[in-house]
Amino acid sequence: MKKESRLGAWIAMLVGASYFLIPLIATFEFSLRMRRGEYSFDAYRVVFADPLFQQTFGYSMLMAVATIVVGVLLSVPTAYWVHLKMPKLRPWVEFVTLLPLVIPAIVIVFGYLRMYNSSSIIPLTGSARATDFLLMCSYVTLSLPYMYRSIDTGLRTIDVRTLTEAAEVLGAGRATILFKVIFPNITSAILSGAFLTFAVVIGEFTMASLLNRPAFGPYLQLVGANRAYEPSALAVMAFLITWASMGLIQVFGRNSRTAPTK
Amino acid sequence: MSAEPLKPSKPSPTGPRAQSASTNLWGVVPFFLFALMFLLLPTAYLMVGAFQDGDGNFTLNNIRGLFEANVLDAYWMSIKISATSAFGGAVLGCLLAWSAVMGKLPAWLRPTLMTFSGVASNFAGVPLAFAFLATLGRLGLVTMLLKSLFDINLYATGFTILSFFGLTLTYLYFQIPLMVLIITPALDGLKKEWREASDCLGGTAVQYWRYVALPVLWPSIVGAMLLLFANAFGAVATAYALTGSSLNIVPILLFAQIRGDVLHNPNLGYAMALGMIVITGLTNAGYMLLRSRAERRSA
Repeated sequence: MKKESRLGAWIAMLVGASYFLIPLIATFEFSLRMRRGEYSFDAYRVVFADPLFQQTFGYSMLMAVATIVVGVLLSVPTAYWVHLKMPKLRPWVEFVTLLPLVIPAIVIVFGYLRMYNSSSIIPLTGSARATDFLLMCSYVTLSLPYMYRSIDTGLRTIDVRTLTEAAEVLGAGRATILFKVIFPNITSAILSGAFLTFAVVIGEFTMASLLNRPAFGPYLQLVGANRAYEPSALAVMAFLITWASMGLIQVFGRNSRTAPTK
Repeated sequence: MSAEPLKPSKPSPTGPRAQSASTNLWGVVPFFLFALMFLLLPTAYLMVGAFQDGDGNFTLNNIRGLFEANVLDAYWMSIKISATSAFGGAVLGCLLAWSAVMGKLPAWLRPTLMTFSGVASNFAGVPLAFAFLATLGRLGLVTMLLKSLFDINLYATGFTILSFFGLTLTYLYFQIPLMVLIITPALDGLKKEWREASDCLGGTAVQYWRYVALPVLWPSIVGAMLLLFANAFGAVATAYALTGSSLNIVPILLFAQIRGDVLHNPNLGYAMALGMIVITGLTNAGYMLLRSRAERRSA
């Protein structure tokens, strides 16, 4: 009977592995087929040389960084405050941070377009800069579940109260405590939130497309609709970016685990 | 949620800095202000708009509009795709997680599977559509291989990646790993002793699963399935990149409506958004209910 169960497990694993690996192999193979009759990296060369690629990718990178900074500055003080002073508020804050997983992104951005249109009180879609700001806020919202969760988990592994009291006794103010005591202690949690956010933002399509901003996601879609081989090259690159983000989370997550718990 | 709340739950004033509750509230004001402006109010705006006509008068016409053939078809198609991919993802994800947790496979397979699941569950959107076009599109690798090796013309059988079946197959790529991530902790929660006890009493493997493991697991499994459903229901990018606007599903229809008022009734868009929130909201509520139930069991 034992042998039987192992065979079943192997079959499940092999079927699963082939379902996940074949599309990756196929995508890679397809991306090499641009030159007739032989494999080449032409598709990648064409993609990298495309000024639109550089612009949109740069734009999305910038957006991702801004999103991470704002997301961290919003989440860390809130999570800290909830831990320290208002544990009763925790379920409410948690509920709000999980809402972006419940409300589809397309609904949220539809709401923005109605609320912040150029004839409203806060015309955030009026100019390009303002729309960039709105897009960044939408990314902060989208990444809130990941960012807040990982920071909240990070705070649980340290003794917030003792650290704060110790710092207060030494005469530190609120800002000093936050930036010099709390931040360094949950760096790994912040980083894993940051990389997840990065992975979410970099290829995001719906928000950027409906807000009409020149981000990487809409560019991907445009290339997909008009070219044959470049999309596969882009998909390979997108997969590598996601892979790198997750790998970095693993690296930093491991460092944090060796320290406090166990 | 499993971690205990902070121990001194009584508001213990920290020395001379004792503050009243109202002062404390200021610490969370930025967060709630942000949530209000960029999450709650925009959504509420649509929900109210769903019950208004163009001039702001109260009406149920938009809700009635949801039951027009075109919109109803889109909802039905969306529900079918989400349900199929959630069910398939749950079954296959469970099998994979089971083989990693209990299959007595080499030890390195489990962390590899978990890491890969983390990547694949985030590999959605436009690039995923490209990957499946390269695999099962007209010139895709698998399509070509089937033709040259087995002389099977996939597209002659009526299959196309731009269909219900094709989209479901594509969604499974992020649904299965998500299921693996959610269900593995639940499988870990099955105690070894239960299996041993079942074996000692002369129970077969089937009996163990039928009477012990599955009754313990089912809230987790069904709950996860609901989450997967909501996950697929709101997805736009993959479907849009794969099929353009040719496939009539809710997020695509709403996308087209926002872009260019294809339904010739702006407020019908609000109603569609409301419908989406109701559906994803209900499934998520079900998920939370079942998850708390599963946690009570394992406690």
